[in-house]
Amino acid sequence: MSTLTQFDVLAIRREFPILQQEVHGHRLAFLDSAASSQKPRQVIDCLEDYYRRYNANVHRGVYKFSEEATFAYERARGKVARFIGAASQREIIFTRNTTESINLVAQTWGATNLRPGDHILLSLMEHHSNIVPWQMIAQRTGAILDYLSIDGEGRLVLEELDQKLTEQTKLVALTQQSNMLGTINPVRLIADRAHAVGAVMLVDGAQSVPHMPVNVAELGCDFLAFSGHKMCAPTGIGVLWGRRKLLEAMPPFMGGGSMIKVVELKQSTYADVPARFEAGTPAIGEAIALGEAIDYLSTIGMEAIYQHEVELMAYALERLVNVPGLTLYGPLTTEQRGGAFSFTLEGVHPHDVAAILDGQGIAVRAGHHCTQPLHRHFDVPATTRASFYIYNLPEEIDRLAVGLEKASKLFQ
Amino acid sequence: MDDLYQQQILEHAKYPHNFGRLTEPDISHEEHNPLCGDRVRIELLIENDIITDVRFEGRGCAISQASASLLTDELKGMPVETAKAFSKEELLDLIGIPLTRNPTRLKCALLSLKALKAGLYGIDHLNEDDDDL
Repeated sequence: MSTLTQFDVLAIRREFPILQQEVHGHRLAFLDSAASSQKPRQVIDCLEDYYRRYNANVHRGVYKFSEEATFAYERARGKVARFIGAASQREIIFTRNTTESINLVAQTWGATNLRPGDHILLSLMEHHSNIVPWQMIAQRTGAILDYLSIDGEGRLVLEELDQKLTEQTKLVALTQQSNMLGTINPVRLIADRAHAVGAVMLVDGAQSVPHMPVNVAELGCDFLAFSGHKMCAPTGIGVLWGRRKLLEAMPPFMGGGSMIKVVELKQSTYADVPARFEAGTPAIGEAIALGEAIDYLSTIGMEAIYQHEVELMAYALERLVNVPGLTLYGPLTTEQRGGAFSFTLEGVHPHDVAAILDGQGIAVRAGHHCTQPLHRHFDVPATTRASFYIYNLPEEIDRLAVGLEKASKLFQ
Repeated sequence: MDDLYQQQILEHAKYPHNFGRLTEPDISHEEHNPLCGDRVRIELLIENDIITDVRFEGRGCAISQASASLLTDELKGMPVETAKAFSKEELLDLIGIPLTRNPTRLKCALLSLKALKAGLYGIDHLNEDDDDL
Protein backbone atom coordinates (compact mmCIF):
# COMPACT_ATOMS: atom_id res chain seq x y z
CA MET A 1 0.00 0.00 0.00
CA SER A 2 1.38 3.39 -0.92
CA THR A 3 1.41 5.78 1.94
CA LEU A 4 0.67 9.47 1.84
CA THR A 5 0.88 9.80 5.59
CA GLN A 6 2.46 13.09 6.54
CA PHE A 7 4.15 11.70 9.62
CA ASP A 8 6.40 8.77 10.38
CA VAL A 9 4.19 6.09 11.94
CA LEU A 10 7.16 3.96 12.94
CA ALA A 11 8.63 6.93 14.83
CA ILE A 12 5.27 7.47 16.52
CA ARG A 13 5.08 3.81 17.52
CA ARG A 14 8.42 4.13 19.31
CA GLU A 15 6.85 6.83 21.49
CA PHE A 16 4.36 4.32 22.92
CA PRO A 17 6.07 1.99 25.41
CA ILE A 18 3.13 -0.44 25.48
CA LEU A 19 3.41 -1.11 21.74
CA GLN A 20 6.90 -2.51 22.19
CA GLN A 21 5.52 -5.59 23.90
CA GLU A 22 4.83 -9.04 22.60
CA VAL A 23 1.49 -10.69 23.32
CA HIS A 24 1.28 -14.50 23.21
CA GLY A 25 4.56 -14.49 21.30
CA HIS A 26 3.43 -11.97 18.68
CA ARG A 27 4.06 -8.27 18.23
CA LEU A 28 1.05 -6.41 19.66
CA ALA A 29 -1.38 -5.08 17.05
CA PHE A 30 -3.55 -2.75 19.10
CA LEU A 31 -6.85 -2.27 17.24
CA ASP A 32 -9.05 -1.10 20.11
CA SER A 33 -8.37 2.63 20.36
CA ALA A 34 -12.07 3.45 20.05
CA ALA A 35 -12.41 1.94 23.54
CA SER A 36 -9.27 3.58 24.94
CA SER A 37 -6.11 4.79 23.25
CA GLN A 38 -2.56 4.00 24.29
CA LYS A 39 -0.41 6.71 25.90
CA PRO A 40 2.85 8.16 24.58
CA ARG A 41 5.89 8.44 26.84
CA GLN A 42 5.47 12.24 26.88
CA VAL A 43 2.07 11.93 28.62
CA ILE A 44 3.17 9.18 31.01
CA ASP A 45 6.22 11.29 31.95
CA CYS A 46 4.04 14.35 32.48
CA LEU A 47 1.78 12.46 34.89
CA GLU A 48 4.77 11.05 36.72
CA ASP A 49 6.41 14.46 36.88
CA TYR A 50 3.35 15.89 38.65
CA TYR A 51 3.27 13.13 41.26
CA ARG A 52 7.04 13.13 41.77
CA ARG A 53 7.78 16.83 41.71
CA TYR A 54 4.84 19.10 42.58
CA ASN A 55 1.88 17.01 43.76
CA ALA A 56 -0.43 19.30 45.79
CA ASN A 57 -4.08 20.21 45.88
CA VAL A 58 -5.08 23.10 43.66
CA HIS A 59 -6.67 26.49 44.24
CA ARG A 60 -6.16 27.48 47.85
CA GLY A 61 -2.59 26.60 48.64
CA VAL A 62 -0.14 29.46 48.82
CA TYR A 63 2.95 27.30 48.93
CA LYS A 64 5.12 26.67 45.91
CA PHE A 65 3.84 23.23 44.88
CA SER A 66 0.20 24.15 45.16
CA GLU A 67 0.72 27.24 43.08
CA GLU A 68 2.60 25.24 40.51
CA ALA A 69 -0.14 22.58 40.44
CA THR A 70 -2.85 25.23 40.14
CA PHE A 71 -0.98 26.95 37.36
CA ALA A 72 -0.52 23.67 35.44
CA TYR A 73 -4.15 22.62 36.01
CA GLU A 74 -5.53 25.94 34.74
CA ARG A 75 -3.04 26.02 31.88
CA ALA A 76 -4.40 22.61 30.81
CA ARG A 77 -7.88 24.14 30.78
CA GLY A 78 -6.57 26.79 28.41
CA LYS A 79 -5.01 24.16 26.15
CA VAL A 80 -8.34 22.33 25.93
CA ALA A 81 -10.14 25.59 25.12
CA ARG A 82 -7.75 26.43 22.27
CA PHE A 83 -7.81 22.83 21.01
CA ILE A 84 -11.58 22.91 20.39
CA GLY A 85 -11.89 26.60 19.55
CA ALA A 86 -13.81 27.62 22.68
CA ALA A 87 -14.45 31.36 23.13
CA SER A 88 -13.04 31.27 26.67
CA GLN A 89 -11.35 28.79 28.95
CA ARG A 90 -14.13 29.46 31.46
CA GLU A 91 -16.30 27.37 29.16
CA ILE A 92 -14.20 24.26 29.87
CA ILE A 93 -15.36 22.03 32.72
CA PHE A 94 -13.19 19.12 33.76
CA THR A 95 -15.17 15.94 34.42
CA ARG A 96 -14.23 12.29 34.73
CA ASN A 97 -15.22 11.33 31.19
CA THR A 98 -17.79 11.80 28.41
CA THR A 99 -20.40 9.95 30.44
CA GLU A 100 -20.08 12.33 33.37
CA SER A 101 -20.14 15.33 31.03
CA ILE A 102 -23.45 14.23 29.51
CA ASN A 103 -24.93 13.36 32.90
CA LEU A 104 -23.92 16.81 34.11
CA VAL A 105 -25.93 18.48 31.34
CA ALA A 106 -28.89 16.14 31.83
CA GLN A 107 -29.02 16.65 35.60
CA THR A 108 -28.52 20.44 35.56
CA TRP A 109 -29.67 21.92 32.26
CA GLY A 110 -32.19 19.13 31.76
CA ALA A 111 -33.66 19.28 35.26
CA THR A 112 -34.27 23.03 35.02
CA ASN A 113 -35.36 23.32 31.38
CA LEU A 114 -37.39 20.22 30.56
CA ARG A 115 -41.15 20.18 31.12
CA PRO A 116 -43.73 17.42 30.70
CA GLY A 117 -44.34 16.86 26.98
CA ASP A 118 -41.04 18.40 25.85
CA HIS A 119 -39.12 16.27 23.38
CA ILE A 120 -35.47 15.16 23.43
CA LEU A 121 -34.18 14.02 20.05
CA LEU A 122 -31.45 11.36 19.98
CA SER A 123 -30.37 8.91 17.29
CA LEU A 124 -30.36 5.15 17.07
CA MET A 125 -26.56 5.12 16.87
CA GLU A 126 -25.97 6.73 20.28
CA HIS A 127 -23.69 5.13 22.86
CA HIS A 128 -25.55 4.16 26.05
CA SER A 129 -23.94 7.18 27.70
CA ASN A 130 -25.94 9.44 25.38
CA ILE A 131 -29.20 7.51 25.92
CA VAL A 132 -29.50 6.48 29.55
CA PRO A 133 -28.88 9.95 31.13
CA TRP A 134 -31.71 11.30 28.96
CA GLN A 135 -34.02 8.42 29.88
CA MET A 136 -33.34 9.18 33.54
CA ILE A 137 -34.09 12.89 33.24
CA ALA A 138 -37.10 12.20 30.98
CA GLN A 139 -38.58 9.99 33.70
CA ARG A 140 -38.09 12.76 36.23
CA THR A 141 -39.43 15.61 34.11
CA GLY A 142 -42.04 13.94 31.91
CA ALA A 143 -40.08 14.71 28.74
CA ILE A 144 -40.37 12.38 25.74
CA LEU A 145 -37.51 10.71 23.84
CA ASP A 146 -37.43 10.52 20.03
CA TYR A 147 -34.82 8.79 17.90
CA LEU A 148 -33.56 9.54 14.40
CA SER A 149 -33.38 6.31 12.39
CA ILE A 150 -30.44 5.07 10.34
CA ASP A 151 -30.35 3.64 6.84
CA GLY A 152 -28.77 0.41 5.60
CA GLU A 153 -25.29 1.94 5.39
CA GLY A 154 -25.53 3.25 8.94
CA ARG A 155 -26.21 6.91 8.13
CA LEU A 156 -28.84 9.11 9.75
CA VAL A 157 -32.12 9.40 7.88
CA LEU A 158 -32.09 13.20 7.66
CA GLU A 159 -35.52 13.36 5.99
CA GLU A 160 -36.97 12.56 9.42
CA LEU A 161 -35.81 15.91 10.77
CA ASP A 162 -38.90 17.62 9.32
CA GLN A 163 -41.17 15.40 11.37
CA LYS A 164 -39.05 14.73 14.48
CA LEU A 165 -37.55 18.17 15.05
CA THR A 166 -40.43 20.41 16.11
CA GLU A 167 -41.25 23.30 18.43
CA GLN A 168 -41.62 20.68 21.20
CA THR A 169 -38.00 19.62 20.78
CA LYS A 170 -35.94 21.21 23.55
CA LEU A 171 -32.72 19.29 23.12
CA VAL A 172 -30.91 17.33 20.42
CA ALA A 173 -28.12 15.05 21.66
CA LEU A 174 -26.08 13.44 18.92
CA THR A 175 -22.78 11.67 18.49
CA GLN A 176 -20.39 13.25 16.00
CA GLN A 177 -18.96 9.82 15.18
CA SER A 178 -20.56 6.46 15.90
CA ASN A 179 -18.35 4.21 18.03
CA MET A 180 -19.79 1.10 16.37
CA LEU A 181 -20.36 2.13 12.74
CA GLY A 182 -17.70 4.80 12.32
CA THR A 183 -20.30 7.07 10.69
CA ILE A 184 -19.54 10.79 10.95
CA ASN A 185 -22.75 12.78 11.30
CA PRO A 186 -23.52 16.18 9.73
CA VAL A 187 -23.52 17.95 13.08
CA ARG A 188 -23.51 21.49 11.69
CA LEU A 189 -26.60 20.90 9.60
CA ILE A 190 -28.49 19.35 12.50
CA ALA A 191 -27.34 22.03 14.96
CA ASP A 192 -28.67 24.74 12.64
CA ARG A 193 -31.97 22.90 12.29
CA ALA A 194 -32.15 22.42 16.07
CA HIS A 195 -31.55 26.11 16.69
CA ALA A 196 -34.20 27.02 14.13
CA VAL A 197 -36.83 25.41 16.39
CA GLY A 198 -35.25 26.81 19.56
CA ALA A 199 -33.65 23.55 20.71
CA VAL A 200 -30.25 23.20 22.34
CA MET A 201 -27.67 20.90 20.72
CA LEU A 202 -25.30 18.59 22.62
CA VAL A 203 -22.59 16.73 20.72
CA ASP A 204 -20.94 13.55 21.98
CA GLY A 205 -17.38 14.02 20.76
CA ALA A 206 -15.86 10.94 22.45
CA GLN A 207 -15.00 9.36 19.09
CA SER A 208 -14.41 12.50 17.03
CA VAL A 209 -12.25 14.85 19.13
CA PRO A 210 -9.34 12.35 19.33
CA HIS A 211 -9.34 11.72 15.59
CA MET A 212 -10.06 14.90 13.62
CA PRO A 213 -10.02 18.68 13.92
CA VAL A 214 -13.06 19.67 15.99
CA ASN A 215 -13.99 23.30 16.46
CA VAL A 216 -17.08 24.16 18.48
CA ALA A 217 -17.67 27.42 16.61
CA GLU A 218 -17.72 25.52 13.32
CA LEU A 219 -19.88 22.73 14.74
CA GLY A 220 -22.42 25.27 15.89
CA CYS A 221 -23.38 23.18 18.91
CA ASP A 222 -24.10 24.31 22.48
CA PHE A 223 -22.41 21.51 24.45
CA LEU A 224 -19.54 19.19 23.55
CA ALA A 225 -18.56 16.21 25.68
CA PHE A 226 -15.40 14.11 25.33
CA SER A 227 -12.93 11.93 27.23
CA GLY A 228 -9.20 12.23 27.72
CA HIS A 229 -8.38 8.52 27.69
CA LYS A 230 -9.36 8.07 24.05
CA MET A 231 -6.92 10.81 22.99
CA CYS A 232 -3.64 9.69 24.55
CA ALA A 233 -4.42 11.12 28.01
CA PRO A 234 -4.99 9.14 31.23
CA THR A 235 -8.33 7.74 32.34
CA GLY A 236 -10.37 9.74 34.86
CA ILE A 237 -10.30 13.04 33.01
CA GLY A 238 -12.97 14.28 30.61
CA VAL A 239 -14.31 17.56 29.32
CA LEU A 240 -17.60 19.33 29.02
CA TRP A 241 -17.58 22.45 26.89
CA GLY A 242 -20.69 24.62 27.01
CA ARG A 243 -21.68 28.08 25.83
CA ARG A 244 -20.99 30.43 28.70
CA LYS A 245 -24.52 31.86 28.79
CA LEU A 246 -26.00 28.37 29.13
CA LEU A 247 -23.45 27.29 31.75
CA GLU A 248 -24.02 30.44 33.81
CA ALA A 249 -27.77 29.75 33.97
CA MET A 250 -27.30 26.13 35.09
CA PRO A 251 -27.54 25.04 38.75
CA PRO A 252 -24.63 23.06 40.27
CA PHE A 253 -24.19 19.37 39.52
CA MET A 254 -22.63 18.09 42.73
CA GLY A 255 -22.24 19.98 45.98
CA GLY A 256 -19.01 20.22 47.92
CA GLY A 257 -15.71 21.99 48.13
CA SER A 258 -14.51 24.41 45.43
CA MET A 259 -17.97 24.96 43.92
CA ILE A 260 -19.12 27.57 46.45
CA LYS A 261 -18.78 31.26 47.21
CA VAL A 262 -20.24 31.43 50.71
CA VAL A 263 -21.46 28.49 52.79
CA GLU A 264 -23.83 29.14 55.67
CA LEU A 265 -25.57 26.60 57.85
CA LYS A 266 -28.81 26.55 55.86
CA GLN A 267 -27.75 27.65 52.41
CA SER A 268 -24.87 28.50 50.16
CA THR A 269 -24.09 30.60 47.16
CA TYR A 270 -22.29 29.00 44.30
CA ALA A 271 -19.07 29.74 42.49
CA ASP A 272 -18.96 31.06 38.95
CA VAL A 273 -18.36 28.69 36.06
CA PRO A 274 -16.40 26.51 35.65
CA ALA A 275 -15.70 26.02 39.40
CA ARG A 276 -19.46 25.66 40.06
CA PHE A 277 -19.32 22.31 38.25
CA GLU A 278 -16.07 21.02 39.71
CA ALA A 279 -16.94 20.01 43.26
CA GLY A 280 -14.20 18.32 45.23
CA THR A 281 -10.56 17.70 44.42
CA PRO A 282 -10.34 17.22 40.65
CA ALA A 283 -8.12 14.79 38.76
CA ILE A 284 -5.23 17.27 38.82
CA GLY A 285 -2.39 15.21 37.38
CA GLU A 286 -4.73 13.70 34.82
CA ALA A 287 -5.95 17.12 33.67
CA ILE A 288 -2.37 18.33 33.32
CA ALA A 289 -1.54 15.17 31.37
CA LEU A 290 -4.57 15.81 29.13
CA GLY A 291 -3.02 19.17 28.32
CA GLU A 292 0.22 17.34 27.48
CA ALA A 293 -1.69 14.89 25.25
CA ILE A 294 -3.21 17.86 23.42
CA ASP A 295 0.29 19.27 22.88
CA TYR A 296 1.39 15.88 21.58
CA LEU A 297 -1.54 15.53 19.16
CA SER A 298 -1.31 19.16 18.04
CA THR A 299 2.36 18.73 17.15
CA ILE A 300 1.41 15.89 14.82
CA GLY A 301 -1.63 17.85 13.64
CA MET A 302 -5.27 16.76 13.81
CA GLU A 303 -5.73 17.04 10.05
CA ALA A 304 -2.71 14.77 9.46
CA ILE A 305 -4.07 12.31 12.02
CA TYR A 306 -7.40 12.21 10.25
CA GLN A 307 -5.70 11.71 6.85
CA HIS A 308 -3.66 8.83 8.27
CA GLU A 309 -6.85 7.17 9.47
CA VAL A 310 -8.55 7.71 6.12
CA GLU A 311 -5.69 5.80 4.49
CA LEU A 312 -5.97 2.97 7.01
CA MET A 313 -9.75 2.97 6.52
CA ALA A 314 -9.47 2.72 2.75
CA TYR A 315 -7.10 -0.22 3.13
CA ALA A 316 -9.29 -1.89 5.77
CA LEU A 317 -12.38 -1.58 3.59
CA GLU A 318 -10.48 -3.22 0.72
CA ARG A 319 -9.12 -6.06 2.89
CA LEU A 320 -12.11 -6.78 5.10
CA VAL A 321 -14.79 -7.01 2.41
CA ASN A 322 -12.75 -9.82 0.84
CA VAL A 323 -12.74 -11.94 4.00
CA PRO A 324 -15.19 -14.79 3.32
CA GLY A 325 -18.28 -14.70 5.54
CA LEU A 326 -17.60 -11.21 6.90
CA THR A 327 -20.47 -8.75 7.23
CA LEU A 328 -19.45 -5.16 7.89
CA TYR A 329 -21.84 -2.73 9.60
CA GLY A 330 -21.45 0.91 8.68
CA PRO A 331 -20.42 2.98 5.64
CA LEU A 332 -18.50 1.14 2.92
CA THR A 333 -16.59 4.22 1.79
CA THR A 334 -14.20 6.52 3.62
CA GLU A 335 -16.57 9.45 3.00
CA GLN A 336 -17.71 10.98 6.33
CA ARG A 337 -16.40 7.98 8.17
CA GLY A 338 -14.00 7.32 11.03
CA GLY A 339 -11.75 4.35 11.68
CA ALA A 340 -14.04 2.00 13.61
CA PHE A 341 -15.13 -1.23 11.92
CA SER A 342 -17.73 -3.52 13.47
CA PHE A 343 -18.41 -6.83 11.81
CA THR A 344 -19.65 -10.36 12.21
CA LEU A 345 -18.00 -13.47 10.85
CA GLU A 346 -20.37 -16.18 9.71
CA GLY A 347 -20.41 -19.17 12.03
CA VAL A 348 -18.11 -17.65 14.66
CA HIS A 349 -19.33 -15.77 17.71
CA PRO A 350 -17.67 -12.32 18.11
CA HIS A 351 -16.17 -13.37 21.45
CA ASP A 352 -14.52 -16.34 19.80
CA VAL A 353 -13.29 -14.11 16.96
CA ALA A 354 -11.71 -11.75 19.50
CA ALA A 355 -10.16 -14.60 21.50
CA ILE A 356 -8.65 -16.18 18.40
CA LEU A 357 -7.24 -12.80 17.30
CA ASP A 358 -5.85 -12.27 20.80
CA GLY A 359 -3.97 -15.52 20.37
CA GLN A 360 -2.16 -13.82 17.49
CA GLY A 361 -1.42 -10.67 19.46
CA ILE A 362 -4.25 -8.67 17.86
CA ALA A 363 -6.37 -6.68 20.32
CA VAL A 364 -9.95 -6.01 19.18
CA ARG A 365 -13.21 -5.59 21.08
CA ALA A 366 -16.21 -7.92 21.05
CA GLY A 367 -19.67 -7.32 22.40
CA HIS A 368 -22.38 -4.71 21.97
CA HIS A 369 -19.98 -1.75 22.34
CA CYS A 370 -22.54 0.01 24.59
CA THR A 371 -24.90 0.30 21.63
CA GLN A 372 -27.59 -2.31 22.33
CA PRO A 373 -30.36 -0.48 20.39
CA LEU A 374 -28.08 -0.36 17.34
CA HIS A 375 -27.25 -4.07 17.58
CA ARG A 376 -30.95 -4.84 17.96
CA HIS A 377 -31.56 -2.78 14.81
CA PHE A 378 -29.10 -4.96 12.87
CA ASP A 379 -30.48 -8.06 14.64
CA VAL A 380 -27.09 -9.21 15.94
CA PRO A 381 -26.38 -9.87 19.64
CA ALA A 382 -22.79 -8.74 19.34
CA THR A 383 -20.10 -7.74 16.86
CA THR A 384 -16.33 -7.63 16.75
CA ARG A 385 -14.81 -4.17 16.36
CA ALA A 386 -11.40 -3.12 15.08
CA SER A 387 -10.49 0.56 15.43
CA PHE A 388 -7.46 2.62 14.46
CA TYR A 389 -5.33 5.48 15.67
CA ILE A 390 -2.11 7.33 14.87
CA TYR A 391 0.12 4.35 15.69
CA ASN A 392 -1.58 1.75 13.49
CA LEU A 393 -0.03 0.34 10.32
CA PRO A 394 -1.50 -1.22 7.17
CA GLU A 395 0.35 -4.45 8.01
CA GLU A 396 -1.78 -4.72 11.15
CA ILE A 397 -4.86 -4.74 8.95
CA ASP A 398 -3.25 -7.57 6.96
CA ARG A 399 -2.72 -9.49 10.19
CA LEU A 400 -6.36 -8.84 11.14
CA ALA A 401 -7.61 -10.18 7.80
CA VAL A 402 -5.40 -13.27 8.03
CA GLY A 403 -6.53 -13.85 11.62
CA LEU A 404 -10.17 -13.64 10.61
CA GLU A 405 -9.64 -16.17 7.84
CA LYS A 406 -7.99 -18.45 10.37
CA ALA A 407 -10.96 -18.09 12.75
CA SER A 408 -13.35 -18.93 9.91
CA LYS A 409 -11.42 -22.09 9.08
CA LEU A 410 -11.24 -23.23 12.71
CA PHE A 411 -15.02 -23.14 12.98
CA GLN A 412 -15.80 -24.52 9.54
CA MET B 1 -5.01 -18.57 23.54
CA ASP B 2 -5.66 -21.18 20.86
CA ASP B 3 -5.69 -23.50 23.89
CA LEU B 4 -9.26 -22.31 24.33
CA TYR B 5 -10.38 -23.84 21.11
CA GLN B 6 -9.42 -27.44 21.67
CA GLN B 7 -11.15 -30.07 19.57
CA GLN B 8 -13.63 -30.99 22.32
CA ILE B 9 -14.85 -27.39 22.63
CA LEU B 10 -15.18 -26.92 18.88
CA GLU B 11 -17.06 -30.23 18.51
CA HIS B 12 -19.51 -29.43 21.30
CA ALA B 13 -20.02 -25.90 19.99
CA LYS B 14 -20.72 -27.12 16.47
CA TYR B 15 -22.75 -30.18 17.42
CA PRO B 16 -24.11 -29.51 20.90
CA HIS B 17 -25.55 -32.44 22.85
CA ASN B 18 -29.04 -32.17 24.35
CA PHE B 19 -29.88 -29.06 22.34
CA GLY B 20 -33.56 -28.12 22.16
CA ARG B 21 -36.58 -27.92 24.43
CA LEU B 22 -38.52 -30.43 26.54
CA THR B 23 -42.30 -30.62 26.00
CA GLU B 24 -43.21 -30.48 29.70
CA PRO B 25 -40.14 -29.57 31.72
CA ASP B 26 -40.33 -29.45 35.51
CA ILE B 27 -37.75 -26.71 35.53
CA SER B 28 -36.96 -24.24 32.76
CA HIS B 29 -34.68 -21.32 33.35
CA GLU B 30 -32.76 -18.88 31.14
CA GLU B 31 -29.76 -16.77 32.05
CA HIS B 32 -28.07 -14.00 30.06
CA ASN B 33 -24.59 -12.63 29.98
CA PRO B 34 -25.19 -8.93 29.31
CA LEU B 35 -21.51 -8.40 28.50
CA CYS B 36 -21.65 -10.31 25.24
CA GLY B 37 -25.31 -11.18 24.69
CA ASP B 38 -24.85 -14.90 25.36
CA ARG B 39 -27.92 -16.71 26.63
CA VAL B 40 -28.55 -20.25 27.85
CA ARG B 41 -31.84 -21.90 28.86
CA ILE B 42 -31.72 -25.18 30.75
CA GLU B 43 -34.76 -27.46 31.04
CA LEU B 44 -35.02 -30.44 33.36
CA LEU B 45 -37.38 -33.37 33.73
CA ILE B 46 -37.33 -34.65 37.32
CA GLU B 47 -38.72 -37.96 38.62
CA ASN B 48 -38.21 -39.11 42.22
CA ASP B 49 -35.58 -36.43 42.77
CA ILE B 50 -33.53 -37.67 39.82
CA ILE B 51 -32.90 -35.64 36.65
CA THR B 52 -34.24 -38.00 34.01
CA ASP B 53 -33.96 -35.73 30.99
CA VAL B 54 -32.33 -32.43 30.18
CA ARG B 55 -32.16 -30.00 27.27
CA PHE B 56 -30.55 -26.68 26.71
CA GLU B 57 -31.11 -23.94 24.22
CA GLY B 58 -29.10 -20.82 23.67
CA ARG B 59 -26.92 -18.70 21.53
CA GLY B 60 -23.51 -17.35 22.19
CA CYS B 61 -19.82 -17.99 21.90
CA ALA B 62 -18.29 -21.43 21.52
CA ILE B 63 -17.26 -21.52 25.19
CA SER B 64 -20.75 -20.84 26.55
CA GLN B 65 -22.46 -23.32 24.22
CA ALA B 66 -19.87 -26.09 24.64
CA SER B 67 -20.07 -25.65 28.39
CA ALA B 68 -23.86 -26.12 28.33
CA SER B 69 -23.49 -29.17 26.11
CA LEU B 70 -20.96 -30.79 28.48
CA LEU B 71 -22.94 -29.88 31.57
CA THR B 72 -26.20 -31.31 30.26
CA ASP B 73 -24.43 -34.60 29.39
CA GLU B 74 -23.31 -34.80 32.98
CA LEU B 75 -26.72 -33.99 34.46
CA LYS B 76 -28.64 -36.87 32.94
CA GLY B 77 -29.47 -39.36 35.70
CA MET B 78 -28.02 -37.17 38.41
CA PRO B 79 -29.86 -36.77 41.74
CA VAL B 80 -31.22 -33.24 42.14
CA GLU B 81 -29.26 -32.79 45.37
CA THR B 82 -26.01 -33.63 43.56
CA ALA B 83 -26.87 -31.17 40.78
CA LYS B 84 -27.57 -28.48 43.35
CA ALA B 85 -24.09 -28.99 44.77
CA PHE B 86 -22.37 -29.18 41.37
CA SER B 87 -19.47 -26.75 41.62
CA LYS B 88 -17.90 -24.43 39.12
CA GLU B 89 -14.62 -26.31 39.57
CA GLU B 90 -16.33 -29.51 38.47
CA LEU B 91 -17.70 -27.77 35.38
CA LEU B 92 -14.32 -26.22 34.56
CA ASP B 93 -12.78 -29.71 34.86
CA LEU B 94 -15.31 -30.97 32.34
CA ILE B 95 -14.53 -28.13 29.95
CA GLY B 96 -10.86 -28.79 30.43
CA ILE B 97 -9.46 -25.45 29.33
CA PRO B 98 -7.57 -22.91 31.42
CA LEU B 99 -9.96 -20.07 32.20
CA THR B 100 -9.16 -19.09 35.76
CA ARG B 101 -7.06 -16.13 34.65
CA ASN B 102 -9.60 -15.04 32.09
CA PRO B 103 -12.53 -13.55 34.05
CA THR B 104 -14.53 -12.47 30.99
CA ARG B 105 -14.50 -15.88 29.38
CA LEU B 106 -15.10 -17.49 32.77
CA LYS B 107 -18.53 -15.81 32.77
CA CYS B 108 -19.24 -17.40 29.37
CA ALA B 109 -18.18 -20.81 30.64
CA LEU B 110 -20.25 -20.61 33.81
CA LEU B 111 -23.46 -19.27 32.25
CA SER B 112 -25.01 -22.74 31.91
CA LEU B 113 -24.25 -23.58 35.53
CA LYS B 114 -25.80 -20.29 36.54
CA ALA B 115 -28.98 -21.18 34.64
CA LEU B 116 -29.01 -24.62 36.27
CA LYS B 117 -28.54 -23.28 39.80
CA ALA B 118 -31.06 -20.48 39.41
CA GLY B 119 -33.57 -22.99 38.00
CA LEU B 120 -33.02 -25.54 40.77
CA TYR B 121 -33.14 -23.00 43.55
CA GLY B 122 -36.10 -21.18 41.98
CA ILE B 123 -34.29 -17.85 41.86
CA ASP B 124 -35.34 -15.35 39.21
CA HIS B 125 -31.81 -14.30 38.42
CA LEU B 126 -28.61 -14.91 40.22
CA ASN B 127 -26.70 -11.79 40.98
CA GLU B 128 -24.25 -10.99 38.18
CA ASP B 129 -21.41 -10.77 40.67
CA ASP B 130 -22.35 -13.97 42.43
CA ASP B 131 -19.57 -16.13 41.13
CA ASP B 132 -19.70 -18.46 44.11
CA LEU B 133 -22.58 -20.42 42.54
